[in-house]
Amino acid sequence: METIKGKRMIQVDERGFYGKFGGAYVPEMLYPNVEELRENWETIVSRSDFQEEFQGLLRDFVGRPTPLYFAARLSESFGAKIYLKREDLCHTGAHKVNNTVGQIILAKKLGKKRIIAETGAGQHGVATATVCALMGMDCTIYMGELDIKRQRPNVERMRILGAKVVPAVSGSKTLKDATNEAMRAWITDPVGTHYIIGSVVGPHPYPEMVARFQSVISEEIKRQLLAKEGRENPDLVIACVGGGSNAAGAFYHYYNQPSVRLIAAEAAGLGIHSGKSAATSVLGTPGILHGSKTLLMQTEDGQVVEPHSISAGLDYPGIGPVHAHLHDIGRAEFVAVEDENAMQAGILLSRTEGIIPAIETAHAIHALHQISYRPSDLIVINLSGRGDKDLETYIQWGNY
Amino acid sequence: MNRINYLFQNKNKDLLSIYVTAGFPKLEDTLPVLEAIQEGGADLIEIGLPYSDPIADGPTIQESNAIALENGMSIKKLFSQLLGFRAKIHVPVILMGYLNPIIQFGVEEFCKKCKEVGIDGLILPDLPMSHYLEEYKEIFERYGLFNIFLISPQTSEARIREIDRYSQGFIYMVSSHAITGAKSAISEEQEQYFERIAAMNLNHPRLIGFGISDAATFQLASRYSNGAIMGSAFIKKIKDSKELKQDIKNFLSEVRG
Repeated sequence: METIKGKRMIQVDERGFYGKFGGAYVPEMLYPNVEELRENWETIVSRSDFQEEFQGLLRDFVGRPTPLYFAARLSESFGAKIYLKREDLCHTGAHKVNNTVGQIILAKKLGKKRIIAETGAGQHGVATATVCALMGMDCTIYMGELDIKRQRPNVERMRILGAKVVPAVSGSKTLKDATNEAMRAWITDPVGTHYIIGSVVGPHPYPEMVARFQSVISEEIKRQLLAKEGRENPDLVIACVGGGSNAAGAFYHYYNQPSVRLIAAEAAGLGIHSGKSAATSVLGTPGILHGSKTLLMQTEDGQVVEPHSISAGLDYPGIGPVHAHLHDIGRAEFVAVEDENAMQAGILLSRTEGIIPAIETAHAIHALHQISYRPSDLIVINLSGRGDKDLETYIQWGNY
Repeated sequence: MNRINYLFQNKNKDLLSIYVTAGFPKLEDTLPVLEAIQEGGADLIEIGLPYSDPIADGPTIQESNAIALENGMSIKKLFSQLLGFRAKIHVPVILMGYLNPIIQFGVEEFCKKCKEVGIDGLILPDLPMSHYLEEYKEIFERYGLFNIFLISPQTSEARIREIDRYSQGFIYMVSSHAITGAKSAISEEQEQYFERIAAMNLNHPRLIGFGISDAATFQLASRYSNGAIMGSAFIKKIKDSKELKQDIKNFLSEVRG
């Protein structure tokens, strides 16, 4: 790994690039919206009225800070000191709500009346529908037709919360296509609508804005670790990466701390080279998807390839530009975890710690088998979500 | 002289541009369709490069993209189809597509091939002005390719002036807050927008596109600009056509009224 000498190496530049990746490749029809956000978001977010409302809701509505939990039996089984950052205990069951709370306050301050969002597994859709109900805002969620079938309970949760769920029927009918539909919907109502993107993807300033709202995760880890261990920095931070929002949040305050190893667990699906995979760092090449230049799974002709993962949340053909950059400069180590291994890791965590994780998160647990570490290492795993939504997948897998 | 400039110098009213997806409805239909469009009296032709994720396009053009890709269409294939096509087609031809397939093909190589076969310009909806100026302008100009910019009802006056400064050929006016093929009639609000832009006295001519579906919308759009662009309505017409040549001829004469 290249050495980083005390300066901030991982930082977005004015044009929205992290190294070679990022930017805002949007049609002119979306330019005013993206520009409005770019010009205003940092100013609004740093104002005291925003921070007061944001921090208040994170505390009283989301339930933050989430615990940093010492997983004694898991530590024993792996032979290292392992802490779990309990994002699964957030209201709505995953880290996604940190971002939607931030963006809905921002949308309100920008005078927007209507919210749209894309969702894959449904966690971001639920988190968006939740904050829309909280703020009394009109909410439309775009979701792939296939995902609607795979994630029925989350679809109904959104509907109970008052959101309209619109199926995306083009392409693979999954997350990528839901994102396309949401962008099209934004083009057709640019003035009154705010688009809450759920991951660190999309045109600048989304990747940095979403990462900033999620950075509360690593901010708390630092504080909590200091109290428990007398040090702010662990030796390793491990998180799963689809688009990469929970990883960006867990890595954020450690980007520029070279002593902290950052481990990103991708979905290898049925095997990296099986043709049924979502291991973007291995299979991806630089390209443009959803408004930013990043690593992308594509054919030689530049057509986007349909990914596969057993977890709908990792089933995305790209990664956020910041992760493409972390990979490019060797700052983060990427491991690709196969479906079967992730499922077994989900069972392992359930039985050693009494926590059924989301299958996305289970990839991060299994990453421990695929990396080297020392018995003295202090490891933090970002437990990004709980497994309630995945019960059907656990049942169908059946190997427990 | 670039064929686009030559066209506008000789005609500045009621120009009709037709969009068709390459390799649609069948892989080898590209050239016959171009010929029929020219014979039917269109002034310009836009050839769409099919893409898996066309975010500015509505269902009709999305579907034509998916069908063309299934047919085996690619940039490489298109250039082989277009080799020598200037022996028959003399109207200006513009390629319209998304950036990613062009980047994978190689931007410089792509522009070189465009020049070789006789392409006059490019419309790349997801290439915004700043990225164009920084990374692409020099290459496009080296190969004599005009970059056609889009403006929408939301585009500020200052930005329209800037776009006018960097435009070549003409400006593509998106008719409303819409993706392609979305509307059937033109509203009063749209007319006000057309009037507002017409009153700006821009340096470049303007063609109006998105939601132009028949003779009435074509005429109305042409009243406030130099002409209009039709895509989805044309794609619908030829999708299941048994008599491509005749159907295209009929479509164009209906639009021309």
